[in-house]
Amino acid sequence: MTHPDQVVARLAGAKKAYGKQVALQGFDLELRRGQLLALLGPNGAGKTTAIGLLLGLFRADGGTVELFGRDPQRIEARRKVGVMLQSAVLQQTLKVGELIALTASYYPHPYSVAEAAGFAGVQDLLGRRYGALSGGQQRRVQFAMATVGRPELLFLDEPTVGMDLQARQALWAAVRQQVANGVSVVLTTHYLEEAEALADRVCVMARGRAISEGSVDELRATVDRKRIRCITTLDWATLANWEHVQEVREENGRLVVVTTNAEVVVRRMLADDATLSELEVQRGGLADAFTELTREPGDTPDASIKEAA
Amino acid sequence: MNAIPMPALAPADAVMPRSRLVRAYLMEARAECLRYLRAPGFLLPTLLFPSVFYLMFGIFLGRANGADASRFLLASYATFGVMAPGLFGFGVSLALERDTGLLTLKRAMPMPPGAYLIGKMVMALLVAAVVALILLAMAGFLAHAGLTFEQGASLFGIEVLGVLPFCALGLFIGTLIKGQGAPGLVNLIYLPMAFLSGLWFPLNLLPGPIQAIAPIWPAYHLDQLALSAVGLGQGAHAVHVLVLAAYTGIFLALAARRLRRNG
Repeated sequence: MTHPDQVVARLAGAKKAYGKQVALQGFDLELRRGQLLALLGPNGAGKTTAIGLLLGLFRADGGTVELFGRDPQRIEARRKVGVMLQSAVLQQTLKVGELIALTASYYPHPYSVAEAAGFAGVQDLLGRRYGALSGGQQRRVQFAMATVGRPELLFLDEPTVGMDLQARQALWAAVRQQVANGVSVVLTTHYLEEAEALADRVCVMARGRAISEGSVDELRATVDRKRIRCITTLDWATLANWEHVQEVREENGRLVVVTTNAEVVVRRMLADDATLSELEVQRGGLADAFTELTREPGDTPDASIKEAA
Repeated sequence: MNAIPMPALAPADAVMPRSRLVRAYLMEARAECLRYLRAPGFLLPTLLFPSVFYLMFGIFLGRANGADASRFLLASYATFGVMAPGLFGFGVSLALERDTGLLTLKRAMPMPPGAYLIGKMVMALLVAAVVALILLAMAGFLAHAGLTFEQGASLFGIEVLGVLPFCALGLFIGTLIKGQGAPGLVNLIYLPMAFLSGLWFPLNLLPGPIQAIAPIWPAYHLDQLALSAVGLGQGAHAVHVLVLAAYTGIFLALAARRLRRNG
């Protein structure tokens, strides 16, 4: 680990189209050693294509694709990479221990099966058949397979889909442990709180391009919005027409007002409704930033939130 | 965002020792065999169809026709039997694995090139060997087909290697179709080809046009070699071997091209 600033994966001006369908139009991405980068974006934004290029699954139509300074289609580059793909259905009749051992055999200096099972918390499942496991258990087995090769770079594609909150947090801890060991991670996720919990950097994609890149805090700051929550007699439609108010909705019997200027709006609300109670003001989360960034012209905000959730 | 472009250094690659490379191929083959030996949906029909057919038609019904008939049917049903692990082991499993993302995952992982296909080939050879042994044991112990040891051994060798053209054909079919429809489509090729190649009824009992087109099918050529092994052949071994080798080569090349292009 003598090059802390070393670029481990790079896309520069990457282009890819499937027939007339453009998936990536000049996408740039740079990942350095030990970083955890989250790729976010609505379906069809080009996340899967970007990862496919970096894994050498297909060739770019234009631009540069490098994995450890090499063409990802070279097996030498991929020997430093661990992969967890969202869609893969593994061999149902193989046992967990056999699957991890098989994956380990592809790498020059793998961890032992027991070590990798320990990372993912699947020690108790080694003798079970993969097909007999629950969805969450299968995801953990896939994480053990991704890490068993002692990779320097991990690709985690929607790693916690189908997991309950506890299992999700356990996997997050396992990912942090890998990063602490100097492993770089590319994470795609639909759960914004997952990116918030793990990522050093977030790259938001839309329509085959990076539309924003930076730390989670930087990304939040790009969208200067706050949420006001309260119980009020004020009328929904009236509030929506106020200055600085971007959005009004109801959540669990409370009114939520999304605004660019909380101080002004709160003062006016308090003045207009003496019975207003349970007042809270929160900084906008990554979800707000994401919604704002990926909003299509003419889209209702709710539609893009649903896509992201 | 850090705008200073850093050169992507290529650090010394971790060297994969040859012994580990060989091990990766062996592990892949072992996993592929284990996986199918534990899948009754694949294994039972593959083993039962030829042996039950041979038992019914070759042993119970064929007994009256003498040892020649029993040996004839042994060769035919053994050929019928080894077509399945090639066609289904490659065709159906590739079609399913392209659909479920397993092939994509394997391509993303640093699996040695070729390990995937060699693993499946070892599995098909193994299942073909089991099919051939079951039928030979039935011929020896139940049918009293008058088979010499040499005849049995050469039939075994021919049938085990004879799975290869069907592996190649299955591989090509697997690149054309995807998903759950695969077993049905493979059966649409498997069963008619077996019939048209004279594996169920001797060709000379079938209509002239069917006899005339029989040399199109690889199963016909494998059956001719199998019949020679049990002493009922009509010669021209070199032609049959060449045709089978050509089938294997052509379908392998077509499949490899499609896999490279489409994944």
